[in-house]
Amino acid sequence: MPIVRVDKDIDAHMFTVVSNYGAPVERVWQLYADPRQLERFWGPPSWPATVVGHDLRPGGRVTYFMTGPDGEKSAGYWDVLEVDAPHRFVVNDGFANDDGTPNNDMPTIRMEFQFADDGDGGTLMTAISTFTSADAMIELIEMGMEEGMREAMGQIDSLLAIPM
Amino acid sequence: MVIDRALGATETNKLFHALADATRRDIVSTVMVQEHSVSALARRYPMSFAAVHKHVTVLEVAGLITKTRSGRESLVRADIARVRDARSALDALEQLWQERVARMDQILTEDH
Repeated sequence: MPIVRVDKDIDAHMFTVVSNYGAPVERVWQLYADPRQLERFWGPPSWPATVVGHDLRPGGRVTYFMTGPDGEKSAGYWDVLEVDAPHRFVVNDGFANDDGTPNNDMPTIRMEFQFADDGDGGTLMTAISTFTSADAMIELIEMGMEEGMREAMGQIDSLLAIPM
Repeated sequence: MVIDRALGATETNKLFHALADATRRDIVSTVMVQEHSVSALARRYPMSFAAVHKHVTVLEVAGLITKTRSGRESLVRADIARVRDARSALDALEQLWQERVARMDQILTEDH
């Protein structure tokens, strides 16, 4: 199980997850630096991600969208703030409008990723998500949950529709 | 209502403090049935708008109601079936990351 530690800080509206992988730092970095790898794991199977643009440099932007089970799309972007390859990068993750432009009505999440040698040939990744407020945290996470719930409800509906 | 047993002491205190007042309990039952603006709520009670607003804030801090802006109004609603709580939101985020981390691991191990 890759997860080493989870730290939930309600007061600071911050979430930290530390995970351990049996691959070197440079390899794990590639999961984020290569758009074709990033889109393979970023979203769940029910809402896979497609990375459209990928400029992982300070001032650059990563643009992506998630596709739901009924084909509905939810677009997002990363504004890249800091990059220290292959050890660390920091982005602001935000919602985008359908045309890919940032939706400035929605709060963003500051995400910091750190990749460190675990002393055993592997990598310790620390991912820190910081929300602008507790309200934003609840709202944004619940938006994600609602989609998952909607999908679950849809599956229940189709089960119920099966003739007995 | 469902109180998440995993709530910490601080959150539980906020919850009990929120529910210790009769006006606040009335506000929660009212907005459970239907969304109300803060002004509409204020008309229900023999107290100032500011006093009602303060009660709404206590409820919001405890996570029992949510407030959303609609034009110039603040709309208040409660959804007890899914108690809005910072802690359960973070639990959901943990679940999301557990699955994401597992997918990362899968890609890394399939390379060999």
